[in-house]
Amino acid sequence: MKTGNFWVYLLVMSGVTYLIRVVPFAIFRKKIGNPFVRSFLAYIPYTVLAAMTFPAVFYSTGSVGASAVGVAAALAAAYRGKSLFMVAVCASLASFAAGLALQYF
Amino acid sequence: MKQLIQGIKDGSAIGIGYFSVSFTFGLAAVSSGLCWWEALLVSMMNLTSAGQFAGITVMASAGPYAEMAISQLVINLRYALMGISLSQKVDRRFLLPQKSVLGFAITDEIFAVAMSRDGEVGSAYFSGLALLPYLGWAAGTLTGAVCGNILPGNIRDALGIAIYGMFIAIIIPAMKADGRILKMAALAVLLSCCMHYLPVLRNVSEGFSVIICAVAASAAGAFFFPMEEGKEEGKG
Repeated sequence: MKTGNFWVYLLVMSGVTYLIRVVPFAIFRKKIGNPFVRSFLAYIPYTVLAAMTFPAVFYSTGSVGASAVGVAAALAAAYRGKSLFMVAVCASLASFAAGLALQYF
Repeated sequence: MKQLIQGIKDGSAIGIGYFSVSFTFGLAAVSSGLCWWEALLVSMMNLTSAGQFAGITVMASAGPYAEMAISQLVINLRYALMGISLSQKVDRRFLLPQKSVLGFAITDEIFAVAMSRDGEVGSAYFSGLALLPYLGWAAGTLTGAVCGNILPGNIRDALGIAIYGMFIAIIIPAMKADGRILKMAALAVLLSCCMHYLPVLRNVSEGFSVIICAVAASAAGAFFFPMEEGKEEGKG
């Protein structure tokens, strides 16, 4: 890759990302009163993450089978209230073990 | 000061999680042709997983700058929704200067943890919350870029699921605590599967798909199961 290009790419990439984050965050100064909008925004964190996770998570490791085992482990760990990191570790370890097992059976 | 420390504490799990996710980014960046400091700079100036992975793909194929801009816009547009949500949650002393610096740290996880906190979010707490994830993201990228190739392929594969593990860790407790979130998150998953597998719909890009699903499910939730004032924070 040419070095000259890299800086323009970097600038475009981080500039766009920064503006997307900061402009809406900064524009809204007053509390929104409309209950529909407030409810809508309260649902956003969970619906965004849910849509990002499924079904993409099943294609996140070498095989769908190993990923599915990782998902099951993550769901179990999260249900028991483990921390973000522990859930991520459980998912990785389980899909790693399942990947090994799938190779031999 | 107490707020700052509480923030750092709450952010530590995200920081460790980010280390492992950005490790895979560093790895991917180097194998797509970036050198280690370029990978590190990308991480330090973007702090976004999906966007960065898409970004290095554009760089590797030497795509037009417009493609870079549009891909980032689409993939990261969800941050705009999060920014609006978060603007409703921050306290009165969270002014424009704080917003223009700390707004940079709106990520899926940092945002979700800030939102699941009881009461308002102050700038000290948010700074603390963002600190370790930012450092973890940079350090993980550097480590992955410099020595990622030592790892065998099956371990690298298994690390790919780590970020989704963090997502699941955020959603599940909220779903457990609030049946309305359970229903709407399930709806978002259903819609997302439709977007992914059905003909025509599956041609929609990943970034747009996430936005469509999240907006539809949240609107349905707001319409059928409005959240009452003060009860809207899931006990995440």
